[in-house]
Amino acid sequence: MNAPISRLFVVVVLLFGLLVAFTSRWTVFEADALRHNTKNRRDLLEDQRIHRGVIRAGDGTVLARSVKRSDDTFVRTYPLPKLFPHAVGYDFIDRGRAGLERNYDDDLAGRKNALGGLIDRLGGSQREGDDLLTSLDPGAQRVALQQLGNRKGAVVALDPRTGAIKVMASVPGYDPTDIKRDSGFRALNRDPDSPLLNRTTQARYPPGSTFKVVTAIAAIDSGKYTPDSRISGRNGKVISGVPLNNDGGESFGDITLTDALTHSVNTVFGEVGEKIGKQTMREYMERLGFGKPVEVDLPLDERAASGERRSGTVRDPTSGFVDVGRMAIGQDKLTVTPLQMAMVASAVANGGKLMKPHLADRIVDRDGRTVRTIKPEEMSQVMSSDTASKVGAMMAQVVKEGTGTAAALQGIDVAGKTGTAEVDRECGPNQLWFIAFAPVQDPRVAIAATVECGTGFGGTVAAPIAKAVMQELLK
Amino acid sequence: MRSARNRELLALVPASLLLTAGFSAVFIERDDVLSNVSLTYGALFLGLCLAAHVVIRVTLPYADPYLFPLFAVLACFGIVMIYRIDDDLAREQAQWFVIGLGLFAATIVLLRDYRVLERYRYTVAAVGIALLLLPRLPGIGAQINGAYLAVKAGPLTFQPAEFSKIAIIVFVASYLRDTRQLLVIGAKSFAGIAIPPLKHFGPLLAVWGGAMALLFVIQDVGSSLMFFGGFLAVLYVATNRLSFVAIGLALFGAGSWFLYQVRPTITHRVDAWLHPFGPLYDQAAGSYQIAQSVFAQADGGLFGRGFGQAIIAVNGQPLLPAAQTDLIYSVIVNELGLVGACAVLCTYLLAIERGFKIASLARDSFSKLLATGLTAVFALQVFVIVGGVTRVIPLTGVTLPFISYGGSSILANFVLLALLLLVSDRARREAMT
Repeated sequence: MNAPISRLFVVVVLLFGLLVAFTSRWTVFEADALRHNTKNRRDLLEDQRIHRGVIRAGDGTVLARSVKRSDDTFVRTYPLPKLFPHAVGYDFIDRGRAGLERNYDDDLAGRKNALGGLIDRLGGSQREGDDLLTSLDPGAQRVALQQLGNRKGAVVALDPRTGAIKVMASVPGYDPTDIKRDSGFRALNRDPDSPLLNRTTQARYPPGSTFKVVTAIAAIDSGKYTPDSRISGRNGKVISGVPLNNDGGESFGDITLTDALTHSVNTVFGEVGEKIGKQTMREYMERLGFGKPVEVDLPLDERAASGERRSGTVRDPTSGFVDVGRMAIGQDKLTVTPLQMAMVASAVANGGKLMKPHLADRIVDRDGRTVRTIKPEEMSQVMSSDTASKVGAMMAQVVKEGTGTAAALQGIDVAGKTGTAEVDRECGPNQLWFIAFAPVQDPRVAIAATVECGTGFGGTVAAPIAKAVMQELLK
Repeated sequence: MRSARNRELLALVPASLLLTAGFSAVFIERDDVLSNVSLTYGALFLGLCLAAHVVIRVTLPYADPYLFPLFAVLACFGIVMIYRIDDDLAREQAQWFVIGLGLFAATIVLLRDYRVLERYRYTVAAVGIALLLLPRLPGIGAQINGAYLAVKAGPLTFQPAEFSKIAIIVFVASYLRDTRQLLVIGAKSFAGIAIPPLKHFGPLLAVWGGAMALLFVIQDVGSSLMFFGGFLAVLYVATNRLSFVAIGLALFGAGSWFLYQVRPTITHRVDAWLHPFGPLYDQAAGSYQIAQSVFAQADGGLFGRGFGQAIIAVNGQPLLPAAQTDLIYSVIVNELGLVGACAVLCTYLLAIERGFKIASLARDSFSKLLATGLTAVFALQVFVIVGGVTRVIPLTGVTLPFISYGGSSILANFVLLALLLLVSDRARREAMT
C-alpha cells in the first residue's frame, strides 16, 4: 500500500503548491490592484496610526494636532476650531483631507521615500510626521472674523515683500469637528451658504472698481498713459458701442488718471481699457496671475482662477466676446478671487514685484530641526518700480480724499481702492470691495476685503474691515 | 531508541528559539520592557514542550523523532501569533495546551495498544456521529454564522466536529482493513469504471453518508470537505483504485452543485468567494471577511509589514473578522509576507510528510490506513482553511491546526498526534526487533 501513500503525498504537495500560488497572487501579482481597490481602507487606517505633525500659526499657536486614542490610533483635533478652518482644512479617516492638511500631507504624515520607509519599517519605529509652521496671524484673523461678523465674505492679507499670508478669513466658517460626524458633514454640504467654500481662494466675485488698479497698471506701465494724462469723464460716453454711465450718473470734465481713480470714474477707465486694448490688458493680467488657479499652497481644487468667464470656464481676455472697455472697470463677465485682488495690491506695494502667496513657512521635525523652509518666491515682475510707485501714489490718493477715506489709519499712509459691483442677487444688491496696502512708504501689508450680498459701497462697508485688520497687523 | 529521542530533543531547539524570538518581537513592538512575567510565560510554554518530550521518551521510545518537534514549532508560532493579537486569548490558549498535553499523555497510556479501536469500530463511529449531532440539540447547541458548529456548556464552547473527524477516520480505517480486498475483487466493471460491490461497500457508505448528511444538517461545509477528503484518501490507499476516487469526486461534485442550488447559505458562500468585492461586501455574513483577507495579504507583500504591525481592529470594530481563528493565516501573511507564509506551509508539509512516512513504515493494514487517514485529514484541514482565506476555495470556518485559537482544535489535534506517534512507535519497534 506504500505506492498510493506516496502518490497521496504528491497530491498534498500539489494542493499546497496551489496555496503558495494563490498567496503569491495576492501578495505579489495582484497586490497593487488590491491596494487600490476602493473598498480597501488599509492605507487610510495606516495613516491613522501615524503621529501626524502639528500645524502652528506664525506665533506658535497650535492650530491642529493629533491625539492618541486607547487603540493606539490618532485622531486630529483643532484647538481653535473656528479660527482657520479653510486654511488649515481637516484630516479625518472617513472624509479625507482638505486645506494645508492635504497640501502638506506627505510632510505631516512623515511619508518619506521608499528606502527611508523600509528602514523605518525594519526598525519597527512608530511613524511620526513633521510639524508645519505657517505665517498665519491669529490676532489679525480674529479681527477679520469679528469685522465680517455674520456677513458673508472674505478677508485675505499678506506680506507683499514675501507673499506670506497672515489672514485668510472666509465667512461663514465651520468647525472641523463637525466634519467628523455624519450629520454634521451632511448639514455643512447642504448649507446654501456654502460654509465649506474657502471664499478667499474659491469664490468668483465680480471685482467692481478694484479692477481699475489693474487697468491703471497696464495703462501706465505700457507707457501709453501717465497719472497726469487727462481723459474725459463725461457720463454716458459710448464704450464698445454702448453708452457707459458713472456712479450716480455724475459727469466729469477732462480729468487726470489720478483723479479718475480717486473718484472711481467709469468712463475714464472704460476709454483707457479700449485704447490700450485686449492684448495689453491680457499681458498685465497674466503677469498678475489671472487666468490660472490662484497661486497659493492649497490643493488645486480649492483654488479658482480669476478672469473673464463664459459657461464656467476662464477665457482669454483677447477672446471675441470680451468687452474690454467694461472689463477695464471690473464689469463684463469678469470674476475674481479675493486672494487674486490682494495679489494686485501686493504687486503694487512691492515695487512691481509679485511674490508668490503662501501659507506655509517652515517644516520642522520632532526634534525642532528645520527640514525645509518655504522661501519667498518671485512670481513675476509685473511692472517697473517706477510704475508701481506711481500707481501706489494714485491709490494713496483714494484713501486720502477719494472713495476710500474710511480706511485711513492714524499716522500711517494707506493706499487702496474701493469696489462696488452690482450683482442684483436675491440676498443683496452689491458685492463690496476694498483692496489696499500700507504703509505706503514701506509696505508691510497687502489686503483684500470683500462682503457679498451687501448694501452700500465698498468704501463704507469693506474699507473699515480692511482698516481694522491692517491696524492689527501693523501694530 | 535513545538516539531518536535525543534527535527529538535537539529538534525542539528551533521551536524554543522561535518562541523566544517571537515574544521578544512582540515586546519590542509594544515598547515594553521584557518583564519577568512574560519571560516566565515563555519559559512555561517551553516547559510544556519538554514535559511532552519526557512523556514520549518514557512511553514511546521508538516513535518518529521529528513529528513532535514540528508540531511544537507550529504550536509555538501559534501562541506567539495569538499573543500578538490578544494577550488574554493567548493565556487561554496556553491553558488549553496544558489540558491538551494531559489528553495527549492519557491517549498514549490508555491506547497503548491502539488496535483495540478496531474492535470498537461501530462504537467509535456511533460516538463520532453523536458528537456531530450535539450542536443541533436544543439548549446546548450554538449557531455561528448559520452553521451549527459548537456546543455551549457554561462558559465553555466546544466544537465536536474536531473530535468526530478522528472517530470517523478510525472507523473507516478499521472497516477497510477487513473489506479492502473484497472491494477490489468484487468490483464490477461498468462502462470501464470499476464499481465496488454494494454488499461490502454498504455499511461504509452508510456510516460515511450519515456523517455527511449530518454535516449538511449542521451546515459545517469545511468539516464535511475534510471528512470526505479523508475518506477518499483512506479508500484510495486501501484499494489502490483511482476509479473509486473518481466516483467519489463525481458524487461530491454533484452534491456540491445540488447544495449550491438549494441551500441559500451555501449559495451565499460561493458567491462571496467568486465576487468578494460585489454587492455581497456590505451584507451581513457576506464577502467582507474574504475581501479583507486578501487586502491584508496584499498589504503584506513579499516580506510582510513586520511582526506585530498588522491592523486587526479599528475603533473596536474588527477589520479582520475572526483574526485569531479563521483568518489567522491572513494575519501571518500581512506581518511576515509571502516568505513567512511559505515557511509556515513548509512546516505543515514536513509534518504531513512524517505522517505519511509513519503510514508507509507501519506493518499492518489498520495502522497504515489509520496513519494515512489522520495525516490526510490534518493536511486537508490546512488546505481548507488556507485555501479559504486565499480564495482557492470558498471560505469555511475550520481552524488552522495548532496555530488558530480554539480549545477543541488543540485537544483533538493532540489526540491525533498521540495516535500517529503510537502507530510510529509500534512500526519502528517492530522494524528494530
